Amino acid sequence: MNHVIRLQDVSFSYGEMPVLEHVDLAVQEKEFMGVVGPNAGGKSTLLKLILGLLKPQRGRIEVLGDKPENTRHLLGYVSQHPSFTRDFPIDVQRVVELGLVARRDQRGVLGTLLPQRLSDGDRERVMQAMQEVEIAALAKRRIGRLSGGQLQRVLLARALVSDPRILLLDEPTANVDQRAESEIFDLLKRLNERMTILVVSHDIAFVSSYVTRVACINRTLLCHPTTAIDNELIHRLYGEHVSMVSHGH
Amino acid sequence: MIEFLQALSQYRFLQVALIAALLASVGCGVMGPYVVVKRITFIAGGIAHSVLGGMGLALYFGADPLAGALLAAILAAVLIGWVRLNWHTAEDTLIGALWAIGMAIGILFISRIPGYQADLVSYLFGNILLVPEKELWFMAGLDAVLVLVVALWHRQILAVVFDEEQARLRGLPVTFLYLLLLVLIALTVVLLIHVVGLIMVLALLTLPAAIAGQYVHSLTRMMLIASLLSMFLSTLGLAMSYAPNLPPGPSIVLLTALAYVISSLLTRRGRPA
Repeated sequence: MNHVIRLQDVSFSYGEMPVLEHVDLAVQEKEFMGVVGPNAGGKSTLLKLILGLLKPQRGRIEVLGDKPENTRHLLGYVSQHPSFTRDFPIDVQRVVELGLVARRDQRGVLGTLLPQRLSDGDRERVMQAMQEVEIAALAKRRIGRLSGGQLQRVLLARALVSDPRILLLDEPTANVDQRAESEIFDLLKRLNERMTILVVSHDIAFVSSYVTRVACINRTLLCHPTTAIDNELIHRLYGEHVSMVSHGH
Repeated sequence: MIEFLQALSQYRFLQVALIAALLASVGCGVMGPYVVVKRITFIAGGIAHSVLGGMGLALYFGADPLAGALLAAILAAVLIGWVRLNWHTAEDTLIGALWAIGMAIGILFISRIPGYQADLVSYLFGNILLVPEKELWFMAGLDAVLVLVVALWHRQILAVVFDEEQARLRGLPVTFLYLLLLVLIALTVVLLIHVVGLIMVLALLTLPAAIAGQYVHSLTRMMLIASLLSMFLSTLGLAMSYAPNLPPGPSIVLLTALAYVISSLLTRRGRPA
């Protein structure tokens, strides 16, 4: 088995409050995994542990055979709540270009502090990434003038421009309408042909129709192939009676 | 205005004041946009007011107050940056405390020096007409450092200012770059002390950049426009205050604030409700 992400007995808490307990998870190369579960169940924390932004109090995490902090430049990440404000004076192309900043980090921290200029090859990559997510026509548009769906595509292009081996997305369709949601997941399905994808979503039924496997998280982890999601699992996951309602998009 | 131009051709102190205003404009034009888009005006205020502590100590011990200001500004920048990055709860309280402590130390030490009141007022409110000629070189040096560092590391600083989390994921040393940004802001504060004094530093640091941000959509263009605007407004403020013998610092600040209000009203009218 070629595992690109492996968590062994991982536990994490914010102060006194446990968020994840005894999580074991192995993700194979080119897998398209959906991570679902209730709010505050630990989904976003799981992604941040894989990215090395948080350190587990217990257990071991390996990404691409190494510690997360050593390999995170090989990962693309689209956060649920980006830290910038929408009125930041920057256009779409510049945001995507920032996905290439410090690409030379194989030289270590000092290497990232060398003056950086975009090469012709870099500009070509930026254009390719924008074309792939169909935002090339918006290249010069200020980010404050984008719709929710367009902004998600920009953030996806920023994550893709460095050609990541694994793509992690945290609720990429939380602020978009249903049509844009389907379009973004169709796009992810295409990207999955060349990279491993982990996507956090609240929409268990919708995600199930795209992904190859679902990880259900509510402090602990229950992993299932998508076909095995039934009322009993949902009941165990959410801790109360919840019915699965089929809804197409 | 004609009176100002005639005096400018005659009096060396006025020529020095004008050059000082232009040099200060470069610094606040380059650093102001970072303060505005990163929304760290409060942090910049904390740094600016802590500077008085350094100046008071330097004066008391017979050292150059500008050297004290420079050291205090850098120390405050690092301290406040560290608080902001590591002490997530009560961050604003701690910055407010450093703000007040810096001022208290400054006022206490300056009060122990005979004739302190004139010094204190000029540090708090600035007096561009009293800038010693040799300090122009010091100001030009600070400008050179600011422009050089920003020219070399603009992409990295932009990445941190725009999205700290992504910058960290890209492998950038975010803590170092954030503290570097605050130290550069601290240098700008020192640059502006003679022009408007440390209480009004925030106005020149943020308002020209905020006006520029209403018209352009890139940080580098904001820097260029904010610098030119700041040069124009500080020259005009200096000129307008000369004939009626008004203090130039507050005149420059009020003129800049007026420009900001007019610009905000004009750009707001163009926007849909």
